Amino acid sequence: MRKTYLDNNATTPLHPKVLEAMLPFYKELYGNPSSIHHFGREVSGAIADARHKAADLLGCDVSELYFTSGGTEADNLAVIGTAFANSEKGKHVITSPIEHHAVLEACHFLEKQGYEVTYLPVDSKGFVDPDELKKAIRKDTTVVSIMHINNETGVVQDIPALAKIAKESGVYFHTDAVQSAGKVPINLKEFGVDMLSASAHKINGPKGTGLIYIKKGTRIQRLAHGGSHESGMRAGTENVAGMIGMVKALEISCEMMDSELEKYGRYSSKLWDGLNEKLSDIVLNGPADERRLKNTLNISFKGIESEAILLNLDMLGIGVASGSACSSGSTEPSHVMLAMGVKPEIARGSVRISFGKFTTDEDIEYTLEQLPPVIERLRKMSPVA
Amino acid sequence: MGALGPYNETVMEHFSNPRNMGELDGANAVGDVGNPACGDMMRLYLKIEDGKIADAKFKTFGCGAAIASSSMLTEIIKGMTIEEAKKVTNEQVNEQLGGLPPVKIHCSLMAEEALKAAFENYEKEAAKKAS
Ligand SMILES: Cc1ncc(COP(=O)(O)O)c(C=O)c1O
Repeated sequence: MRKTYLDNNATTPLHPKVLEAMLPFYKELYGNPSSIHHFGREVSGAIADARHKAADLLGCDVSELYFTSGGTEADNLAVIGTAFANSEKGKHVITSPIEHHAVLEACHFLEKQGYEVTYLPVDSKGFVDPDELKKAIRKDTTVVSIMHINNETGVVQDIPALAKIAKESGVYFHTDAVQSAGKVPINLKEFGVDMLSASAHKINGPKGTGLIYIKKGTRIQRLAHGGSHESGMRAGTENVAGMIGMVKALEISCEMMDSELEKYGRYSSKLWDGLNEKLSDIVLNGPADERRLKNTLNISFKGIESEAILLNLDMLGIGVASGSACSSGSTEPSHVMLAMGVKPEIARGSVRISFGKFTTDEDIEYTLEQLPPVIERLRKMSPVA
Repeated sequence: MGALGPYNETVMEHFSNPRNMGELDGANAVGDVGNPACGDMMRLYLKIEDGKIADAKFKTFGCGAAIASSSMLTEIIKGMTIEEAKKVTNEQVNEQLGGLPPVKIHCSLMAEEALKAAFENYEKEAAKKAS
C-alpha cells in the first residue's frame, strides 16, 4: 500500500544527513564531554562547534543557547524557571489559551503553586491582540508566553509586536517556536524575545532533543539540578548525538527554507482548492492568508467526526491528525478550536494535514483522489450531514 | 495500539462495512440520541410488525466505536420481538464487538439509548392512536 505521511506537525522523519552526522557519536566518539582527556575533548569540541553553528543560524550569542530534552522541557524551563526566579516581583503570568500543553500544563502547575495566570483571548482565526496583552500586564506580572506558530492551525502570531509590549513594561517574553524554528526565518537580533523554545524532531532531527534561547541577563532558575552542564542551566550528561543532530537539522532546514515555503504554499492551495471542487461544506480553521504557515491545513468537514475520517484514511495509507479525541466519557474537542470560538460540532470534524520536507506532489494528488470519497461515504452515514 | 489502531478486527470490520446503514422507508419507530456538539449522535429507525423488529437501520455521527456499535446493534435486534429487544444492553453490543477500548465503551451506550428512545416513541405513538 502507498504510504502517505501528512502529519509533519506531530513529528518528521529523520533526514539521512542528520543520521549520518549523529552516528559517530554513537560509535567511536563516545567520550563524556566533561572529561579533560582527549576522548572527552573531541566530543566537547564538536558540541562547541554545533552550538556556534546554531547561534549563527538563529542570530544570537553562543552563550545564550542551551540544549534540552525537547520542546517540552524548554517550555517548562522558560515559564516555570522565570516565574520562580522572579517571584519576589510578583506571581502573575500571561499566556494564551491556544498554547501547546507543554506551556499550558506548566502554567497549571504554577497555578497550583499559588501563581495567577491570565489567558488572553484569541479571535476567530486564532490571533492574540497586542492591545489585550497591554491591558493584561500588571505590576506583578513576570513573564508572558505566547507561541509563534500554532501546531494545530499554523496561525503565525506577530511576535515582535507582542514582545515589544512586554519589553516596554519590563516583563519577560517567551515564545514557543517549536513549530517555526527552521521553517520560517527567525533572527533573534530582531525578534525581540527573551526566551525561545525549539525542538529537533519537527524539522527532521532526532526526537528528544531541543534547545532554548535565553537572552543574556534574564533572571531564570534552572529546573534540573546536578552538574554544571549547559553553563549550569540544565544538569545532566549531554545527549551528544541529539545536539549534533538538532543543529544539523536546523542547518539543513535553513538551507531549504525558501524552497520549502514555496512548496507548502503550492500544496496548500492545490489541496484546498481541489477539495473545494469536489466537496461542499468544508471549513478552513485558521487564517487563509500569509499569516498562516502553509505547511498546515486544518479543515473541518461538516456533519462527520474526525476519528472516522482518520481511520478511513489510515486504511488507505494516509496519516493525518485530528484535533479532537473521543476518549473519555465526555468528548472534548481541541482546546485550540474552542478558544477560537469554533462550534463544537465543527471542531469535532476537524482534520489537520501537515506537510514536511519529504512531502511530494504525488502525496497531494493521492490525497485529493482518496479523501473526497471517504467524506462522501461518511456523510451518507451521518444523521446531521 | 496494535497494527489495527485502537480497535480490534471485529470493530474495524463493522466500521468499514457497517450493516444496515441509512434511512429506513416505512419506519414506524425512530430513536434519536446524543448531539453532534457532544461528539456523537445516533438515529435508529425500526420497522415493527406484529410485535417484532422486521427491519432496523441507523445513521450515526461519531467515532469508529460509535459507528461499529450502531451497526452491531441493528444486527442484534433484527428479528427480535419487542420484549426480547428491550433486554438488549450496551454490554451485549460491546461483547459482540469483541470489546471496545475502555475509554470508548460509552459509545456503545449510545446504541442502547437509541433503542430505548425508539421504543418510547413507538409506545407514545401507539398510545396516541389508542386514545
Ligand atoms: C507547539 C509545540 N510546542 C511544544 C511541543 C513539544 O515538543 P517536544 O515534543 O520536543 O517535547 C510541540 C510538539 O509536540 C509543539 O507542537
